[in-house]
Amino acid sequence: MNQRVTYTLSGALAGARQTVPLAISAFAVAVVFGILARQVGLSLLASGLMSALVFAGASQFIAIGLWATPLPVFIIISTTLIVNLRHLLMGAALRSWFSGLSAPKAYSTIFFMTDESWPLAIRDFMAGGRDAAFMLGSGLTLFPCWVGGTVVGRFIGTGIQSKDLATWALDFIFTALFTALLVSMWRGKSDILPWATAVVVALAASRWLPGTWYILLGGIAGSLVGALRDTRSAEPGSQEPQQEPQYVE
Amino acid sequence: MSNDVLAIATILGMALATYATQAGGLWLMGRVTPSPRIESWLRHIPGAVLMSIVAPAALASGPADAAAALFTAVVAARTRNLLLSIMLGVAAAWALRRVM
Repeated sequence: MNQRVTYTLSGALAGARQTVPLAISAFAVAVVFGILARQVGLSLLASGLMSALVFAGASQFIAIGLWATPLPVFIIISTTLIVNLRHLLMGAALRSWFSGLSAPKAYSTIFFMTDESWPLAIRDFMAGGRDAAFMLGSGLTLFPCWVGGTVVGRFIGTGIQSKDLATWALDFIFTALFTALLVSMWRGKSDILPWATAVVVALAASRWLPGTWYILLGGIAGSLVGALRDTRSAEPGSQEPQQEPQYVE
Repeated sequence: MSNDVLAIATILGMALATYATQAGGLWLMGRVTPSPRIESWLRHIPGAVLMSIVAPAALASGPADAAAALFTAVVAARTRNLLLSIMLGVAAAWALRRVM
């Protein structure tokens, strides 16, 4: 935690390299997004702009699901906000990386934090990686695939349904990816309680609440339980608040 | 044409909302001096968030997907190879959905 954070080309290349398999599947998912966007009446410009500027798959699919005439502008924007609230936690978890960067670098790189680049970045970070350009490289690899796939799908248009993905089990790619990443994050028995809490809360929330609240609620509940357990079992006063060296403006 | 203007305005609103959630986490954490409890909380976030994404997808969409997720986890634990785990996991999901 106390090594200096760097921001180099080789860090960006490492991020890009590890993202290639995901970028290929992101392209396929983006094609589906483009096809659906055409079906609800989005222009080529609007479809491409959404993928380039929003650049967050789950919320884009949900927005397409809400797209109607007249356009429910407020509902779409507020749903996007709620769906993406999980980014608050994801960004906070990478604080040690970003607090070592200048503000312009940190606040531009964070744009590339997606559901795909974040787990890869976290894994690199937990393995001791201290090059924050990893996320830039990862995001820049995903970006052209996501936008390009959207444009291609918007051109292809009709004929293909999202259920075709399920036929080939390609909708399982993300579950498989996240499962494999979870395994690589396992640090030992101390993870059992927070992870089990996350499972229970996420399952309950996904059953009874709309949208993607379950991600936020499960993430908050699991991490809080872990933190309370850790700090309760520690001797009172034995832990000094640790100031990290790079934590200076 | 004015339809498209409204659509693009909506998309700009979505983009701002998304960026606010990304930058917001950074901004908040730059202003709070982390206590041991907050440090510990931050360390537990990644696993808990990932678990929350995986659990409903793996456990609430039928026995085939649950078994395929378990299989993926075993492959990942044995091989530590992300791409291989994804490929074998998807193949398992495809096969299991046909028989289960």
